[in-house]
Amino acid sequence: MTALPTRKAEDWRYADLAALEKLWPLPDAEAVTVAPGDNFARAIINKGGVLRLSLTLEAGARGAVHVLNTADTYARIEIEVTLKEGADFTLGGVQLASGEQTAEIVTTVRHIEPNATSRQMIRSVAGGTSTASVLGKVYVAKGADGTDGSQSVRAMLLDRTAQANARPELEIYADDVKCAHGCAIGELDANGLFYLAARGIEPARAKALMLQAFIAEAFDGAGEEDNLTAAAQAALEALL
Amino acid sequence: MLQITNLHASVADKPILKGLNLTINAGEIHAIMGPNGAGKSTLGYTLGGRPGYEVTDGSATFDGQDLLALDPHERAAAGLFLGFQYPVEIPGVSNLQFLREALNSQRKFHDLPPLSGAEFIKLAREKAALLKMDMEMLKRPVNVGFSGGEKKRAEMVQMGILNPKLAILDETDSGLDIDALRICGEGINSIMRKPDKAVLLITHYQRLLDYVKPDFVHVLAAGRIIRTGGPELALELEEGGYEGVAA
Repeated sequence: MTALPTRKAEDWRYADLAALEKLWPLPDAEAVTVAPGDNFARAIINKGGVLRLSLTLEAGARGAVHVLNTADTYARIEIEVTLKEGADFTLGGVQLASGEQTAEIVTTVRHIEPNATSRQMIRSVAGGTSTASVLGKVYVAKGADGTDGSQSVRAMLLDRTAQANARPELEIYADDVKCAHGCAIGELDANGLFYLAARGIEPARAKALMLQAFIAEAFDGAGEEDNLTAAAQAALEALL
Repeated sequence: MLQITNLHASVADKPILKGLNLTINAGEIHAIMGPNGAGKSTLGYTLGGRPGYEVTDGSATFDGQDLLALDPHERAAAGLFLGFQYPVEIPGVSNLQFLREALNSQRKFHDLPPLSGAEFIKLAREKAALLKMDMEMLKRPVNVGFSGGEKKRAEMVQMGILNPKLAILDETDSGLDIDALRICGEGINSIMRKPDKAVLLITHYQRLLDYVKPDFVHVLAAGRIIRTGGPELALELEEGGYEGVAA
């Protein structure tokens, strides 16, 4: 892609195009190929800008990517994964946005051979007038039977002026396939907040506790779970 | 300790409490009984400061300070404990983490240093044992997957750990089987029956009062206390129903 995308391009629909212009042209994605049967794990903390990763998992390879996406203005993480026979991919993502920030995670997961599995779980928190978006495409090629793919996308809005978008997309050409996706956008439970307050916990701290609980599962089992969780907590506290 | 004068409160612009007066002194246990819709839970939530429960007239002072001017977490730190009829589930936050945060934020309010992890666990273990609750349950997320009875016992463990001056317990007896009722009753006595503490029990039934003997029983109907008596009033209600007493 050489020309700056416009809002008409599906994958850039919610992007901060003014911020993007300053980053343009984008560098190529980092390409990683994981050899048959090997393991790959990566924890990414993006503090702004566009980060791109292209992962090929050879037969029986396993890849786990965990990302924390935060930004001063604009943060975007693009992940493309190609799975060969019996490969396994896990994505756990958290994005936190406040003020006028825009944060987005865009994934394309291609199951091109049989019996590969992919699990994607993304939790977004958006306050102020920020926008947090998740665009996730799962493609299953003809003949990639026994594919098992799932996407779970949830967002928590801290203010009525914040925006969250979730766009799961399935493109399936095989017959014997299991592909689940779920998305939900909500607000912090007012009953829960009052319950915490009624026990003496300050409002900001009560929110932080509930948000920590909300994002925690995305980092479950991550190799750098503690680092990611600590970074997410710090970012959460700054956001409240 | 608690002085409520001419309290009027509305929920969604609908008046529920209509001139309620109640005085609770240290060392006393009061029970408020009344038919459905009388305003019992509204009284608890209004005193706890729940958003949406709007005081339109009257006052409530707690140890001389204006209770109604405080935020909910400040009321808790001042020594008020509100036991919930329906304790809230908070997925992902363990009971122990929640209670340690709660206790230490109350301590911070009083310029006390936080309890260390070891000190806190010792305290939690002691209070859990009092309510015959397994410590393993306290490692689980707050109220998630707890039965009705377990939730109420967990509330009493919370009360034991937070050690309030005044506990307002909203239908702590609902959803309890006979054994759990006795355990909760004994828990309330052991934690709260002290000369410097007081309890306001909100209940439908006499049965909790068999374990926690009230000094005063009040009948709440249509947003006001219409009768006050001793423990015998609860028995009379059990016998004749609210209609008999209100008549």
